[in-house]
Amino acid sequence: MIDQICVSKLTKLYDSKVVFQDMDMTIPTGETICIMAPSGAGKTTLLRILMGLEQADSGSITGVEGMRFSAVFQEERLCENMTAVENIRLVTPSLRGPIITKEMSRLGLETCCNQPVSELSGGMRRRVSILRALLAAYDMLFLDEPFKGLDDVIKRQVMAYVQEKTKGKTVLFVTHDRKEALSLGAKIFALSELSEKK
Amino acid sequence: MNQKHEIRIWAVLFWMMIWQFASMWLDSDILLVPPVSVVCRLGQLMLTAVFWRSVLFTLSRIAMGFSLAVVTGSVLAVLASRITRVKELLAPLMLIVKSVPVASFIILALIWFSSRNLSILISFLMVLPIIYTNVLCGIGSVDRQLIEMAQVFRISQLRVIRYLYLPQIMPFFYSACSVALGLSWKAGVAAEVIGMPGGSVGERLQQAKVYLDTPDLFAWTLVIAVASLGFEKVVLFLIKRAMLLLQKMK
Repeated sequence: MIDQICVSKLTKLYDSKVVFQDMDMTIPTGETICIMAPSGAGKTTLLRILMGLEQADSGSITGVEGMRFSAVFQEERLCENMTAVENIRLVTPSLRGPIITKEMSRLGLETCCNQPVSELSGGMRRRVSILRALLAAYDMLFLDEPFKGLDDVIKRQVMAYVQEKTKGKTVLFVTHDRKEALSLGAKIFALSELSEKK
Repeated sequence: MNQKHEIRIWAVLFWMMIWQFASMWLDSDILLVPPVSVVCRLGQLMLTAVFWRSVLFTLSRIAMGFSLAVVTGSVLAVLASRITRVKELLAPLMLIVKSVPVASFIILALIWFSSRNLSILISFLMVLPIIYTNVLCGIGSVDRQLIEMAQVFRISQLRVIRYLYLPQIMPFFYSACSVALGLSWKAGVAAEVIGMPGGSVGERLQQAKVYLDTPDLFAWTLVIAVASLGFEKVVLFLIKRAMLLLQKMK
């Protein structure tokens, strides 16, 4: 069993602009790692490369081969014509309705299980996308500013739920909010420390 | 998509009355036959086996041309969406098919082939670019972010096609079919009128014109309109049913 994911000398350029260069990072499996950086610093690009959605210009990533990923993207990325339950089942077909409903009620979504997500508020949609990621079977979870748009009371409830569900799992969390990172008990790294040049 | 209540009975009756008054005013069955005579003639025609054979002949060929175009257009659109070279290769071909007059195709086809299956080829050519263009647009309208999401969660290709692609493509496909269905009939019958394949509706229409048999001309025209409308309603109903079935998640 691989006990860590190694990012070595990773470089990403957009045209001639350097996003990050020679980035080195180690993500121990079973831990929550938080990468902090201001908006536009390349956090999402790093996540996209790790998820296999983009190619790095140079460098290597080892330890992710064969891993199942799950993610909360910056955008909800929900199917508008489907209900919340259907969106979750799209990703995890084996999940039965009552289980999903029970988990939804824990995030205050019990009233909107069978409503198309297009009719839900921004905060509700965000919670559905978080739930979709947490209920999926995964080896590594990516959280890209997952609590964006949630009000303080709901945010605390959702963060406690995320912390409970990700205990002992490999989580890579990016944010620019230090309080969020501390609440999840994550090891915090600044993106600028990992990269030679920004 | 919803065309309910667009055709009102009172409006149909109004135009029938105008037709009746116009034929009474002209007082010539060769120029304009009254609607009652057309209905009577149609009733007589419907009692003959030749009538049903002609309708079946034309209907089967137009339906075949339409179906072939739907399958070919959809397959080509999928290929073009995935392979840029295929899209580039097909672009001039589709442009030619769209812009060349249908009469030119009919005459060319008559030089190259027999007239018997002419309406299959002509309705195929008329429908193909409409289906191809719309399905290609539908594929292009699929949210790339959702495709990325599916990639990350490793959703199976079958589920991606069913739940992400098809709901986006189907409205484009439906509107393409609603346009193409009427066109396939118009072009298919026009091909039969020019090519006169034996036993077709187009041949009957041409004979009615040659013998100045206006009641027959009107009766056959009515048959074409009704058959075209019926065919359109059945196909669109089936597509709608398919869309509803696709929305239900298993």
